[in-house]
Amino acid sequence: MMALIETNLPALQVVLPLVAAPLCAMLGRGSRSWAFATIVSWLTFLIALSLFTKTFGGTIISYEMGGWAPPVGIEYRVDVLNAFVLMIVSGMAAIVLPYARRSVAAEIPAERQSFFYTAFLLCLTGLLGVTITGDAFNVFVFLEISSLSTYALVASGAWRNKRALTAAYNYLIMGTVGATFFVIGIGMLYMVTGTLNMADLAVRIAAHGDSSTVHMGFVFILIGIGLKLAMFPLHLWLPNAYSFAPSAVTAFLAATATKVAVYVMLRFMFTVFGFDYEFQAATLEMVVLPLAILAMFAASLVAIFQDDLKRMLAYSSVAQIGYILLGLTFLTDTGLTAAIIHLFNHAVTKGALFMVAGCYVLMAGTSSISSLRGVGRDMPWTTAAFVVAGFSLIGLPLTVGFVSKWYLVLAALELGWWPVALLIMASSLLAIIYVWRVVETAYLQSAPEGTVRKEAPLSMLIPTWVLVAMSIWFGINAMTTSAAASRAADMLIGSSQILWED
Amino acid sequence: MQASILDLDYVLGHYNYWMFVILMMTGLYITVSRGNLIKKIVGLNIFQTSVFMLYISMGKIIGGTAPILVDNPDAVYSNPLPHVLILTAIVVGIATTALALALVVRIRETYGTVEEDDILAMEHEMEFGSGLPQGGDRG
Repeated sequence: MMALIETNLPALQVVLPLVAAPLCAMLGRGSRSWAFATIVSWLTFLIALSLFTKTFGGTIISYEMGGWAPPVGIEYRVDVLNAFVLMIVSGMAAIVLPYARRSVAAEIPAERQSFFYTAFLLCLTGLLGVTITGDAFNVFVFLEISSLSTYALVASGAWRNKRALTAAYNYLIMGTVGATFFVIGIGMLYMVTGTLNMADLAVRIAAHGDSSTVHMGFVFILIGIGLKLAMFPLHLWLPNAYSFAPSAVTAFLAATATKVAVYVMLRFMFTVFGFDYEFQAATLEMVVLPLAILAMFAASLVAIFQDDLKRMLAYSSVAQIGYILLGLTFLTDTGLTAAIIHLFNHAVTKGALFMVAGCYVLMAGTSSISSLRGVGRDMPWTTAAFVVAGFSLIGLPLTVGFVSKWYLVLAALELGWWPVALLIMASSLLAIIYVWRVVETAYLQSAPEGTVRKEAPLSMLIPTWVLVAMSIWFGINAMTTSAAASRAADMLIGSSQILWED
Repeated sequence: MQASILDLDYVLGHYNYWMFVILMMTGLYITVSRGNLIKKIVGLNIFQTSVFMLYISMGKIIGGTAPILVDNPDAVYSNPLPHVLILTAIVVGIATTALALALVVRIRETYGTVEEDDILAMEHEMEFGSGLPQGGDRG
């Protein structure tokens, strides 16, 4: 029995939440489906953990779906990089779901809660599937499973604010355009190579050499994924979707959805298109690099002028995605390490910050910064969590944010791109401004007359503080995450030469 | 004979791709330019259909039959894989359309309109307490 589970772990990783989702809908009552979803998310996290420990040494697990051998059959392929991302995604689900019970109870009517958790599990299924699969078309299918359930989850914020509906609609239009661009790109690659297996694609593209069809395929995939991961000028869906979605959904999505899209980008850029593909390097340097830097500044500037806390954090997410893309464009080992480590660090930090915003929404009834005056005295633990996670967002030493900025600056200096290094530090100053605005309002201004605000319940505080503690713990013991990230980076650089059969 | 600017054989030989490009651009244009939420979905559907065409036409081999094993050893078969892929993509497209239409129904119920301009004006009023500043007429 154990051996059977052991060999089928990669499949279980996706199948477990997928099968659990309809069961969850049948459970009916809110608290029962919540408990069920939470247990499922913990089990998926355990599976991801065991996959990560197995692959950490450098082994690659190749799982043949249904016994059909790749490249014809669909292959699930787990290596250090996607095991790391699997762990982020399932770990965030395992932390967000305990938090969700009180928050969802307040924001979603009781009779709809089981459907909410069903959509949540489906979203988790999609994100895990995108990460684990080694088949390019399968990526699209799972991307759409996660996206469709995300649209529904965002729209379920409509009970709190009806603008969630239009936010979800706009997200749907842009997300579908993005996904369709992605399929066009895959179609072009298939036209040239006749295969969909990523490792096989890599070999055949390398053998095929330059062709304008491959170039177009690359550009379509870049734009499609750029829409999904909110690359700077394509980020328009993100602020509204994040501000009007239910708090638990925002915390989960901000920590996982864009990160998984970044993973897909990494996978296509390095495994599929190969590390020294000239056209790709030129595109990264000429297009993605300026856009990433623009995102760091423009989105941070916009964040400074937002009144809504969730909206401010959403714009800050766009800026942080800029940092991740920046690490990618260096095309060096250190740069990739920086990007991968920031995937994890930003997931932890932004997850914690959005959870704090959710606590405010529940206990103070609003996430508008101006009405959070003096909240630091009424909700000391929640606000303290904001301060620590905010430090990490800025990148102060002893937090995870510092580790990512350190690697980014290091990578920039290695290449001798010192203006970029200066820009990274300058954009951190903007983060200080918007974090400080909240801290100042929360602590230094007196509360408006007659407001009654109590500390958030423990079921929400504990998950928030788990993430905050992680952002400190991995900020001090940076070796664990950076070892994983640098191994993943090495693997990516090496993977352009690896054939699927050996 | 002549190195003409327009190689007619080349252009006509790839007419399925031209159809794909025209459909794709039409769909994308409708999605971006229309203010009516339903029309946007129609545009999105045209856009997705163009991709179905791209996949299906690239699996077709001239003179090839349906990929069902026949006795003739010289039989040429069309490539079934793109067709199967598109079957999946069509399902995804239907799910997306259904969800989008469901959202439009909810938007119609809460806002009382499916025109993007009216919705934007209402949202602007919710946020700033006043109507949209009168800009150019978007017809």
